[in-house]
Amino acid sequence: MSTSTSSSGRGGRFVRRIADRLHHTETATGDVWDAIQLARHQDRPYPLDYIARLMPEFEELHGDRLKGDDPAIVAGIGRYHGAPLAVIGQQKGRDAQDRAYRNFGMSSPEGYRKGMRLMDMCERLNIPLVTLIDTPGAFPGADAEERGQGGAIARSMMMMLRLPVPTVAVVIGEGSSGGALALGVADRVVMLENATYSVISPEGASAILWRDAGKAKLAAAAFKPTAANCYRWGVADAVVPEPEGGAHVEYDEAARLLDGYLSRTIRELQALPHTERRRQRRERFRRLGAVREVTGT
Amino acid sequence: MSRRPISVSIDRLRGKRPDAGTARRLPGDERSCPRCQSHFRADEIDRNCYVCAVCDYHFPMTARQRLDHLADDGTWQEIAGELRASDPLRFVDLQPYTERVRSAEAKGATEAITSASLAIQGQPCVVAAMDFGFLGGSMGSVVGERFARAAEEAVAQGVPLISITASGGARMQEGVLALMQMAKTIVALDELGDAGLPFVMVLAHPTTGGVWASFASLGDVTYAEPGALIAFSGPRVIEQTTREKLPADFGMAERQLEHGHVDAVVDRRELPARLGRLLAIFARPAHDEAQSLASQLAQNGSERAARVAQALPGLSRRLRGRPGAEDLNPHPADDA
Repeated sequence: MSTSTSSSGRGGRFVRRIADRLHHTETATGDVWDAIQLARHQDRPYPLDYIARLMPEFEELHGDRLKGDDPAIVAGIGRYHGAPLAVIGQQKGRDAQDRAYRNFGMSSPEGYRKGMRLMDMCERLNIPLVTLIDTPGAFPGADAEERGQGGAIARSMMMMLRLPVPTVAVVIGEGSSGGALALGVADRVVMLENATYSVISPEGASAILWRDAGKAKLAAAAFKPTAANCYRWGVADAVVPEPEGGAHVEYDEAARLLDGYLSRTIRELQALPHTERRRQRRERFRRLGAVREVTGT
Repeated sequence: MSRRPISVSIDRLRGKRPDAGTARRLPGDERSCPRCQSHFRADEIDRNCYVCAVCDYHFPMTARQRLDHLADDGTWQEIAGELRASDPLRFVDLQPYTERVRSAEAKGATEAITSASLAIQGQPCVVAAMDFGFLGGSMGSVVGERFARAAEEAVAQGVPLISITASGGARMQEGVLALMQMAKTIVALDELGDAGLPFVMVLAHPTTGGVWASFASLGDVTYAEPGALIAFSGPRVIEQTTREKLPADFGMAERQLEHGHVDAVVDRRELPARLGRLLAIFARPAHDEAQSLASQLAQNGSERAARVAQALPGLSRRLRGRPGAEDLNPHPADDA
């Protein structure tokens, strides 16, 4: 498990505090469910809320230059601490109309391709990349399939893995399934305190594993997809604290806490040669998992 | 069980995807085709590559059967066979995960993927074959790890990697660690690509979810078996989420060919010949290989050179077997 970035400053203390709470989350269904509710809170800040606070100068880009534009993914470049920074984020909507427009944060192939367009630019112009992950999953639709949803996710992961520039992925809300991981193959993967990261949404798991749509709470307790657990498993490198009560209570403070982690981490990553960054990034994802070895046959 | 007379209208069956689970097991080692109900003895099916001789339905195959059928003389050497599933989340749904694994193992396979080095029609390669019969071919930590080891073995030997997929996607019972296996397979393919080695995909029924959204989408050449369902989201999920009515051939190999997501739909009986031909096309003349090695090694200190150097023993082994290769062996001292 990686502890490379979380030992310093407030983040480090915070992680330990969360780790202390782990025994509760292991057994208490309620705590995990609370985290899931917070991760999906309708007032939770979305990428454009963070961008507005971290980068007042920001140019949003639109379209994948192939077919269309996906409003569920926002992408662009901005000025961050005196240098250019590229951001790709998964954007949910806040009111009914906006939610439909953003397709409930479910990304389409065009969204991932817009992201790849930006990654290509990052590589050529040597601009670091931050991704903000918040999705119930990639959009499940027949036309999205025909336009290559699976391949878009796979290629997005491959392109991110190969980027020579520093990359940080932040799970700001719910990170569910390959639709989230498509933007998650970064040098550092960090989760906000109340964010979740899982192979599938609790509702999806409930329907498939329990064959009953009403078992989401049980599913959540089984997956334990909290930031603290993901940190323990090595899936997250650090946990960024949120304001008391959750990020939705105080946007400015939530952005300030994220800013502290991001600016420090990008600086750290920039100090490494790009070949070393790529080596470490590969190694980070190469070792994740839990297997058992048997001897003999 | 009564034996019905066989009467099949192939046309009517096209576009209809039978559920493999409905293949009836008959007494006395016989199997029935779930699509046309024809009866076969087990050895007949085996001789016909697990394809129905009447309607061409492709039966599911285990990874071992796959490797036996593809490998020259039926011989292959397993890679990372000692790895077994663990239960990092102590996961329980309707049944504890450990029990699910135990009953899957009891059926004979050790995991949902088997990696092996072998030769297909004289062409050395590494094959990672999936087994839908083992927990729906789901990708957990062992599948990710065995796939990665297969790619690393291909790099070490300097040979192409082939994967045959049959999977419902990520293994939910391993939670977010199963999700991370998608990224692990991408890392493995990145290393294979850096070593200049091709990756060939064979999509069997079904290839869905996190497997389709990771390595299975990244073949340099991608074949699909007839009738295979290939999709990120399965038809049920789509119908539940969007209330769309899906066409009967949704996600089927033939339709994926139309939409540009696969290169060819290949009958399983032709697979060894097709793969053998493809690997022969990809094989480099010995002098090219030596030259490209030399030039790559010249970029001293680069990641690529390190990787190629790692691949040298295997590569020179291959070179030695070819006419005139002795003169070009880039590592003459490597005779051990």
